[in-house]
Amino acid sequence: MAEVLFFITAIGAITGAVGVIAVRNPFYSVLALVCHLISLAMLFLLLRSEFVAAAQVIVYAGAVMVLYVFVVSYVGGSDEPISANTGRGFKLASVAFALALFVELSIAILGTGLQAVSSQGAPYVAGFGSPAEIGKLLLTDYLLPFEVASFLLLIAAVGAVTLARRRGGLETPEELSRLSVLDITRPKITGTMAEGVGGARRLEAPAPEEVV
Amino acid sequence: MDMSWFLVVSALIFCIGAFGVLTRRNPLVVLLCLELMLNAANLALIAFSRMHGNSDGQIFAIIVMVVAACEVTVGLGVIVAMYRRRVPIDVDELRELQG
Repeated sequence: MAEVLFFITAIGAITGAVGVIAVRNPFYSVLALVCHLISLAMLFLLLRSEFVAAAQVIVYAGAVMVLYVFVVSYVGGSDEPISANTGRGFKLASVAFALALFVELSIAILGTGLQAVSSQGAPYVAGFGSPAEIGKLLLTDYLLPFEVASFLLLIAAVGAVTLARRRGGLETPEELSRLSVLDITRPKITGTMAEGVGGARRLEAPAPEEVV
Repeated sequence: MDMSWFLVVSALIFCIGAFGVLTRRNPLVVLLCLELMLNAANLALIAFSRMHGNSDGQIFAIIVMVVAACEVTVGLGVIVAMYRRRVPIDVDELRELQG
C-alpha cells in the first residue's frame, strides 16, 4: 500500500515540477507548483511528519502561492518563448549540467556507506512528527533559530512593503477628493493609505516633483 | 519503502529546479524554480529525519520553509517594483542593480 501511494505521489510531484518549467504562461506554472507542493505534502505524510505536511499545505500551497497568483495577475503573465535567446549552446550546456548533477547526486545516494539509506527507516515511535513534539523542540532546543526566523519574517515583510510601495502618491483629482465615512469620525492626517503616500499633503501644497 | 527512493526523487526535483533556473527568463518562473529546489532539500531533510527517527530534521525543514517565504516576499516585491518602473521583466535584460 505504501509503495502504491509513494509512486502515485512521486509521479505527481515530478510531473508538477516538470510542469513548472515546461509551461509558457507563468500563471500555469504557479498552478503546477501548487500540484507539486500538495504531492510533496503527501510524501511528507508517508514519511510520518504530519506537522510539516500540514504546514506545507496551509502555508505554502495556501498562502505563498496566493501571493504568487496575485503578483502574476498584477504583472500580467504573458505567454513568452520558453527558451532563452542566448542560443542553442547555452541550452545544451544547461541540459548537460542538470543531467550531470542528477547522476552525481544519484551516485552519492545509492553508493553511500550509510546502511540506513536502504532500510525502511527507524522504528516508528508514537508521537514522532506530531505537532506536540515539534512544538516542544521549537521551544526548547531550537528556541534561538525560532526567534531568528520570526525576526527574518518581520524584516522580509518590511522590506517587501518598502520595495513595492507606491512612490508617486495619488495623482488624479478623483483620487485626491475621494471621501469615505471614516473621514468624518477621525481627525485629519491620522493614517490612511492615501496620506501615507502623500495624498493629504498634496491637497494643501503641491509637493515638489519627486524623482522617480 | 526504502529511504533511497525518497532521496532519488528529491535529487530529481532539485535537478529540474536547477535546469529551470538556468533556462527560463521570466524572474517569476525563476523564483518558482528556486522554490522547487528548496522543496527538494526539504524532502531530503525529512527523509533523513525519518531514517534516523529524530525530529530535528523536521525543524530544519520548517526553518527552510520560513526562509523560502521571506525570499518569495522580497523577490515578488522586487518584481512589482520593476513593473512599476517599466523595466523589462526579463532576467537577461537586467544587468545592473542601481535603480
